[in-house]
Amino acid sequence: MSRRGLGFAMGGLVLAILYPLLVRAAGAAGLPIAPNYLINVGMLVCFTAFIGQSWNIAGGFAGLMSFGHVVFFGTGAYGMAILQATYGWNPWLAWPVAAALGGGVGWLIGALAFRAGLRGSYFALITLAFAEVFRILANSVPFTRGGLGLLIKADTRPANLQFRDPIWLYYLALLLCVAALLIAWQLTRTRFGARLVAIRENEDAARALGIDVYTEKVKVLALSGAMGAAGGAFYIQKYLYVDPWIAFGVDKSVEMLLVSMVGGAGTIFGPLIGAGALTAINEVTRMLASVVPALKNVQPLSLIVYGAMLVLIVARLPDGLASLFGRRRRREVERA
Amino acid sequence: MLEVRNLSKAFSGLKAVDGASLDVRAGEIVALIGPNGAGKTTLFAAIAGFQRPDAGTVRFDGADITGLAPHRICAAGMVRTFQITQPFAKISVRENIMVCAYARTADRTAASGRAEAIARQVGMGRQLDQLGADLTVAGRKRLELARALATGPRLLLLDEVMAGLNPTEITEIVDVIRTIRTSGVTILLIEHVMQAVTSLAERVYVLNQGRVIAEGTPAAIAADPGVVEAYLGHGAAARLGGQHA
Repeated sequence: MSRRGLGFAMGGLVLAILYPLLVRAAGAAGLPIAPNYLINVGMLVCFTAFIGQSWNIAGGFAGLMSFGHVVFFGTGAYGMAILQATYGWNPWLAWPVAAALGGGVGWLIGALAFRAGLRGSYFALITLAFAEVFRILANSVPFTRGGLGLLIKADTRPANLQFRDPIWLYYLALLLCVAALLIAWQLTRTRFGARLVAIRENEDAARALGIDVYTEKVKVLALSGAMGAAGGAFYIQKYLYVDPWIAFGVDKSVEMLLVSMVGGAGTIFGPLIGAGALTAINEVTRMLASVVPALKNVQPLSLIVYGAMLVLIVARLPDGLASLFGRRRRREVERA
Repeated sequence: MLEVRNLSKAFSGLKAVDGASLDVRAGEIVALIGPNGAGKTTLFAAIAGFQRPDAGTVRFDGADITGLAPHRICAAGMVRTFQITQPFAKISVRENIMVCAYARTADRTAASGRAEAIARQVGMGRQLDQLGADLTVAGRKRLELARALATGPRLLLLDEVMAGLNPTEITEIVDVIRTIRTSGVTILLIEHVMQAVTSLAERVYVLNQGRVIAEGTPAAIAADPGVVEAYLGHGAAARLGGQHA
């Protein structure tokens, strides 16, 4: 990262830390805003950026185009819920274990898919299939209580990872987001990351040039899986409830993929930018639907806007919104 | 240094390589030539671990490496280039070479320094910040060489690095290959450009229909009737001989 980029990042971080306080100060000063709502939206941006980064690390950096990343999210969500509801674990302890479970699932899917030599769209399909299998399993095995879902007992104490004030979940999500950015940043400057990019750009060449393609891919999918699961656990802890659709619904996979693609796959800030854009669209369309009567029955409006936006991005800005900021070179049209 | 013995590889019944044997001694430049479809690239792929041979052995510095994964073979000190260049398109030349230099070091500064030194060695010192996709054919060929070198090989397998280059570019790359050899790297190359083969190689193996049909100095090979027939067709040697007589 350049000196200037680092300056921007630091400025952004300070702003993000001060954001809830500023919003509350503005609210107290009589401005017509809802501070807690805005803090919640900020939390959603950070959280979405985090799960988007989970996809980005595998899909953007290593080119492992997954259509079923929710399989990790859901594993973390159920891990978190079951450990607490069934086994009575403390959530602070259950959280890292849930993340590790996601890492294990990532390792397993990677080992199976890459040993079989699945790449590109075949890999995308196999991840989609895994996510669906997990959803159906969650619907049918007894320890998830099927379609009934699992409830985590509400007991609002910081020791229980439950907070009365939404500011704490915001800061927790910000922490996750920053950690994910640091991981992505490390990938741009370490051997592991360089190898992932080489694998994305040309797997055969990478193999010939001494890279153990199989191991690197399994490693990154495990890392990505652990991150996705940490995100799922966080999400469930906010709502204290999980069912098969929340945990393994295909829309979460799309969201994880979309924020990276829209923001800029394979870039450090892509998922954050994408999460900002998508959350904004989400909130604005929701507001519009509640204000404009003609839009009331167009449900959900945000998906239509997402779709249009994705078409535009793919056609006009294949490197994502992030490419508007950097001085990245235009891709040559002709290829070998 | 490299011993290939009775190596065979068939694709659904078609014998691409049929009991081929060859030796490369440390410090040599050896060429592998043959008509199109003779099995040269398949033989390379089988030596470098990209294709598991059906029969035969490959020994590198005395150790059996038959069928090992390419990254193992690369770590042992043998690396191949591709006939159809395979640059990492969306990253710079420097990053292209660096990722290969990481084969010998995990340190970023060391890898970067090594990448720069190797880029200069192959004449790409000014192109370090270009994207892989933006290189000319000659640039891509040099990049193939540079990346292979960056992995720190003792034996380099070059698959048609001169194909598609103009005579000036060929002369330049011949010089680069010479300096690589002088720096202590042994070279086995597949080549169609005979000018390059005769000026570079000490010994030549001729492959035809998967078999080694001749081995010797470039001059001896050019005079071998079996080789002439392999290239020009049955009876060609006799006709040519008649003309020269």
